[in-house]
Amino acid sequence: MNAVKSESVREPLILGNPTMGQVTDKIAGIIEAPPTKKYWVLLAFTALLAAQGLASVAYTVLVGPGVWGVKNPIGWGWAITNFVWWVGIGHAGTLISAILFLFRQKWRTAINRSAEAMTIFAVICAGLFPLLHTGRQWIAVYWLLPYPNQMQMWTNFRSPLEWDVFAVSTYLTVSLVFWYTGLVPDFATMRNRVKGLGQKLFSFFSLGWTGSTKHWQHYEMAYLILAGLSTPLVLSVHSIVSFDFAVSVIPGWHTTIFPPYFVAGAIFSGFAMVVTLLVIARSVLNLHDFITLKHLDNMNKIILATGMMVGYAYSMEFFIAQFSEYSFEQFVFVNRATGPYAWAYWSMVSCNVLAPQIFWFKKMRRNIAVMFVVSIFVNIGMWFERFVIIATSLHRDFLPASWDYYTPSIVEVSIYVGTMGIFLTLFLLFAKFVPMLAIAELKGVMPGAQPSHHGDDHSAHNGAAQSGALHNGHA
Amino acid sequence: MDEQTLTQESGTRTIAAADAAGVNKDDVIAVLGNFTDPDKLTHAAQEIHAAGFVDFDIYTPYPVHGLDKAMGLPKTKLPLFSIGGAAFGLANAIFLQWWTATIQYPLNIGGKPYFSPWFGMPVMFELTVLLCALTTVFVMFGLMCGLPKWWHPLQDDEGFRKAVDDTHVVSIEAADARFTVESATALLGRLGADDVRVVTA
Repeated sequence: MNAVKSESVREPLILGNPTMGQVTDKIAGIIEAPPTKKYWVLLAFTALLAAQGLASVAYTVLVGPGVWGVKNPIGWGWAITNFVWWVGIGHAGTLISAILFLFRQKWRTAINRSAEAMTIFAVICAGLFPLLHTGRQWIAVYWLLPYPNQMQMWTNFRSPLEWDVFAVSTYLTVSLVFWYTGLVPDFATMRNRVKGLGQKLFSFFSLGWTGSTKHWQHYEMAYLILAGLSTPLVLSVHSIVSFDFAVSVIPGWHTTIFPPYFVAGAIFSGFAMVVTLLVIARSVLNLHDFITLKHLDNMNKIILATGMMVGYAYSMEFFIAQFSEYSFEQFVFVNRATGPYAWAYWSMVSCNVLAPQIFWFKKMRRNIAVMFVVSIFVNIGMWFERFVIIATSLHRDFLPASWDYYTPSIVEVSIYVGTMGIFLTLFLLFAKFVPMLAIAELKGVMPGAQPSHHGDDHSAHNGAAQSGALHNGHA
Repeated sequence: MDEQTLTQESGTRTIAAADAAGVNKDDVIAVLGNFTDPDKLTHAAQEIHAAGFVDFDIYTPYPVHGLDKAMGLPKTKLPLFSIGGAAFGLANAIFLQWWTATIQYPLNIGGKPYFSPWFGMPVMFELTVLLCALTTVFVMFGLMCGLPKWWHPLQDDEGFRKAVDDTHVVSIEAADARFTVESATALLGRLGADDVRVVTA
């Protein structure tokens, strides 16, 4: 009886009660339909953004990071801000694909594919900035990677920046592998539908997947292991990014709250980006039955919760600074809220702490316009958070004679806009050429998809005639 | 599918079970039947396993809970490989950081010890995760599933092609010692399979 009751209480994950064939048709149809004019215009626009950014990257490489606005005492400017921001955005994808999987949150199946894609693209964008920041990128290889070279020089494993190299590259690799593993059964579905070059490519990438239970058995275990690995991995990545700051002795950076605070912020900004993208995608691709208001509602709840964690961290940082009786620490925090960068600080607080409060109301959590605006606010606010941490802690250092005010150069702005172009271009290509929703996983959570009982209970087959619709696994 | 059936070179044909009386027994690859109800399917898996068949498989568009158990498949050994990969990654990370700092190029930094496990933790963790994940995926696809494989003896069967869409296909293979066309078709028919058919070379 329990199963029946919970079914009637819970909202269905897919609306309109489609058959499995219809689910396949719908999602595969996105790929099979020829690209519309709107798509080409969008793609051209984002590719243009990417191209101008890459031009600025080339300029930076040719001339050197002197073309940026960074100077003493502000050695880290927009580049590191953008790095932390992009890595953080990636975290929601892993949270959805791994942590929600371990918690058996079935609603994740409609959004995990696109969120994982977002992770990968965001980490690609993030990786660009520290690489450029090394200054001489062509010899940075031996600063970053431990490989035997003629100088017999090795990387400094004591440096958090070196930990970052390992953390971010591991994160990118594991996310990619996780994403690909999830895609293999869907590539097989596509292989059997499309013709020509598409069939060859899907055939290649599906590895000859047949859906054999002898394979699913290993596959499911692999998926579980990858989820189990990605969960601590995602927590470690932003912790290690926060070590870049926390392990230093700069007032405003040297705090133990940084790892959890960064991880919460990362999930916060990542979910905001997922909401931004999915609100657009579900309306453009007409996916309202798959990405339902329930999904968006759930994500907005997470935004509200993580937003409060971030708000708590802001106030706790402030409190600990005053409580420490350490005058430099106290100065940095008062300077954040009242100094030359107060505009950035209060933008951050309003975007990150105040804006999400509207999500206390269910009506607002399910209002597309409201959530879109709030998600944009959160994206902006989280960018400001990283900017505030970096700029305000550096611009007034221990020696008042060297105090300065940092503004980015046009090249920095251009590269940042360029990474957005790269990100959106990759996302558009993904939405058109790769199954955007996890087809196989979606089918597995549909009503009647799973047996009502399993194991070797032989008397069980009496129940075979019962309607499968009552038994939606353990939804 | 085992290796023997993959050596077939010609295309295959599908014949409805009712018309299969005249086929050459040596050409038969498998007897197939479709299911849509997961309960019936699970029951069928249990019955085929109970009847003593070993070389049979069920192709499903998504993992059906408990089907591997119903088929009597042994538990996957994948976690053992994963642990091996993790241990390999960890050992590499420790060796890399210890050897470069103490043996290959000892560097005195502020009188600190050449090596200490504490600063090595992040890299140890990351390499453990990296090698564990890569091992898991490569072993799973390559070793356990035998992929990539670009050809499958049943690939021309229309129902089999729908097994990655919306149909569960049970396949009892001719390689099985107990296999006869009659017994397999009768069993699948009794278990409620739709469109019972014989695939021949």
